[in-house]
Amino acid sequence: MVYLTRAEHFNAAHKVSNPNWTKEENEAVFGKCANENWHGHNYDLYVTVKGWPNPDTGFIYDAKKLSKLIREHIIEALDHKNLNLDVPFMQGKMCSTENLAIGIWQQLLPLLPEGVILHAIKLQETPTIYVEYYGEKPPWE
Amino acid sequence: MNQHSRVAVFRREHFNAAHRLHNTALSDEENKRLFGKCNLPHYHGHNYELVIKLTGEPDPVTGYVYDLKLLSDLVQEKIVERFDHKNLNLDVAEFASLNPTAENIAVVIYRILRPEIDESLDLHIRLYETPRNFVEYPA
Repeated sequence: MVYLTRAEHFNAAHKVSNPNWTKEENEAVFGKCANENWHGHNYDLYVTVKGWPNPDTGFIYDAKKLSKLIREHIIEALDHKNLNLDVPFMQGKMCSTENLAIGIWQQLLPLLPEGVILHAIKLQETPTIYVEYYGEKPPWE
Repeated sequence: MNQHSRVAVFRREHFNAAHRLHNTALSDEENKRLFGKCNLPHYHGHNYELVIKLTGEPDPVTGYVYDLKLLSDLVQEKIVERFDHKNLNLDVAEFASLNPTAENIAVVIYRILRPEIDESLDLHIRLYETPRNFVEYPA
């Protein structure tokens, strides 16, 4: 199979803070990431699909269509937003890059046409931190 | 070496912060019209990349224009400690009533650092808000 990746980006605010813990507990575990007034990042999102090139087009999936799909359903929901407050699919979850990658996967999966298989979500929070998710079922689901 | 060889030295630092563009002197509608999604009420954020440039003549003893480790320590203490993982609008006093655009952030950083660095050296700030949007001060 061939793997096709589309890169998109968004800028967002968030905090990493467990609402069931005290301020001191959150600071002990999450440090400055728990700042109650938020901080933010320029996120880079890489969506990888896999498949065999269509004999007529030579494409696994039209990269322009993949971009439109990501922009309409993911970027629109995340860009210039507060990930904790403004994003329906992150409600009730810890707003880590890990959980955001899982959330993005779950949003995109049902939107891809037949024969286009979602392979990976790579989400880069800073130039030195990124996560990858390959769709394994989380143990809590 | 030529006695008057001016050299520029650079130190790159970074901080991650939340902000929103909002002019407190304007109505909510005006702010929305001017700043669009950058004005959204719950803030958004960036990985800011800061490039400090100092220009002057290398010291005859050390060969340095400025010890870059000391410059890093200075920028960490005066800027990164105060800006990193903060909300620029809420947590940084300079922006209590000043719109935290990249332009204004660069000017604020310049004004904080200028008194800390010898007058014989020119100070120049380049601030990247995103990989594609950046500003410089003085222009």
